[in-house]
Amino acid sequence: MDQVSHVTKAESRNLNFYYSNGAHALKGINMPLYENKITALIGPSGCGKSTFLRCFNRMHDLYPGNRYDGQIVMHPDNTNILADGVDPIEVRMRISMVFQKPNPFPKSIYENVAYGLRVRGGKNKKVIDDKVEQALRGAALWDEVKDRLNDLAFNLSGGQQQRLCIARALATDPEIMLFDEPTSALDPIATASIEELMTELRNKLTILVVTHNMQQAARVSDYTAYMYLGDLVEFSKTDDIFIKPKDKRTEDYITGRIG
Amino acid sequence: METNLHRSSQFNEELERLRDDVIHMGTLIENQIKMATQAYVHNDVSAALQVLDNDNQVNDLEKAIDDECIHIIVKRQPTASDLRLIMSIGKIVTDLERMGDETKKIAKSVRNLQKPLHPLPADMLGIRHLADLATKQLQGALSTFAHLDTGEARSVILADDALDAEFKATVRQLITYMMEDPRTISAALEMMTMARAFERIGDHTTNIAEQVIYIAEGRDIRHTSID
Repeated sequence: MDQVSHVTKAESRNLNFYYSNGAHALKGINMPLYENKITALIGPSGCGKSTFLRCFNRMHDLYPGNRYDGQIVMHPDNTNILADGVDPIEVRMRISMVFQKPNPFPKSIYENVAYGLRVRGGKNKKVIDDKVEQALRGAALWDEVKDRLNDLAFNLSGGQQQRLCIARALATDPEIMLFDEPTSALDPIATASIEELMTELRNKLTILVVTHNMQQAARVSDYTAYMYLGDLVEFSKTDDIFIKPKDKRTEDYITGRIG
Repeated sequence: METNLHRSSQFNEELERLRDDVIHMGTLIENQIKMATQAYVHNDVSAALQVLDNDNQVNDLEKAIDDECIHIIVKRQPTASDLRLIMSIGKIVTDLERMGDETKKIAKSVRNLQKPLHPLPADMLGIRHLADLATKQLQGALSTFAHLDTGEARSVILADDALDAEFKATVRQLITYMMEDPRTISAALEMMTMARAFERIGDHTTNIAEQVIYIAEGRDIRHTSID
């Protein structure tokens, strides 16, 4: 049994979110993200899990009319990343994201990883070289690409492209990494390697992952949150959710029953 | 927790069949215990042989149910109450199979008692009483499994004390006979075997009741006090 005391890396406090069309997509979510743990968000389509995930790197800011209410506080500095005056670009340096489909830039493998560093103002080639290698190693891709760093990223397989996107996200040394259904476009072998990578990354950072695959949530996560219609129904240790959920709605969802 | 139906009607059917098969196996054991008891009461060796013969059916059911569990795990990756049900059934069938083995011991003792042995000075009413209690315990355990009734499960666990007390009383009585007249030892040892078998059957029924509590509540109460 996991008896380690948990440090809260971030938490949402009474978080509400409204889309520009008025839809109330998140309803007063209070939830912690524990440091160096993987938290999985599960729930049926439209439950708000991806909306919740995207709040963490201010993705919703890209569309006018969307509105946040409440806080997402990062620790240990107690920064409310949703506050006015907090730069979303800064937030995205601290909290990076990996998407459903691998989305490398139409550039070389090297440039994909170096991009974030250059945006940040990095110019020293040696420093960038080291960072790129470190990020590619961190994403378990280095050995496969070290001799072809100048190849176009699109020439990689789907699983390799996804690991490249993880390397790109790692390059800026984020504290939290968000995964939005990171393996839904991958075959079982590539899926297994991404899951393996996630459990390794956990040692360095904190992970929040949205997944439709409940077995994946059961396999990789330490904590699981079940969401339904914008509400957080249950948040517990993953083992408890999958063996002994407290809420009947959670039970019905994970066992595939008609609720 | 009351459960709804699965979206997959086939999964519903698989679980239903599994539960039916466990009840079927339990009922078979119940009949075996009754037949073995009758064999003892009426000194009916052919009934005892029949019990020994029927044990194959019990063993076959154990294997068939285990196989069903494995198939469901592979195909459905069950979670929560489904997972607890499947894992517990895997244990329950082991307890049922062991009860079958205990019943066989009773039947063998009935057969052995056919030999010309020096008789005990009195009828062993304790054995009949043990048989009665063990049968009731099994009926209770099966009913509690069928209804996932945790209140009834707790009653089954508590009621096992009566069986243990009766067993101890029977053992004391048998020891007394053996000390008074060593010629009774052979018959007394057969009685001891039977008494022990009924007592063990009771222990297995409490295991089943514990599993029912785990299925229904997710609480593992094994090796803890029920109070």
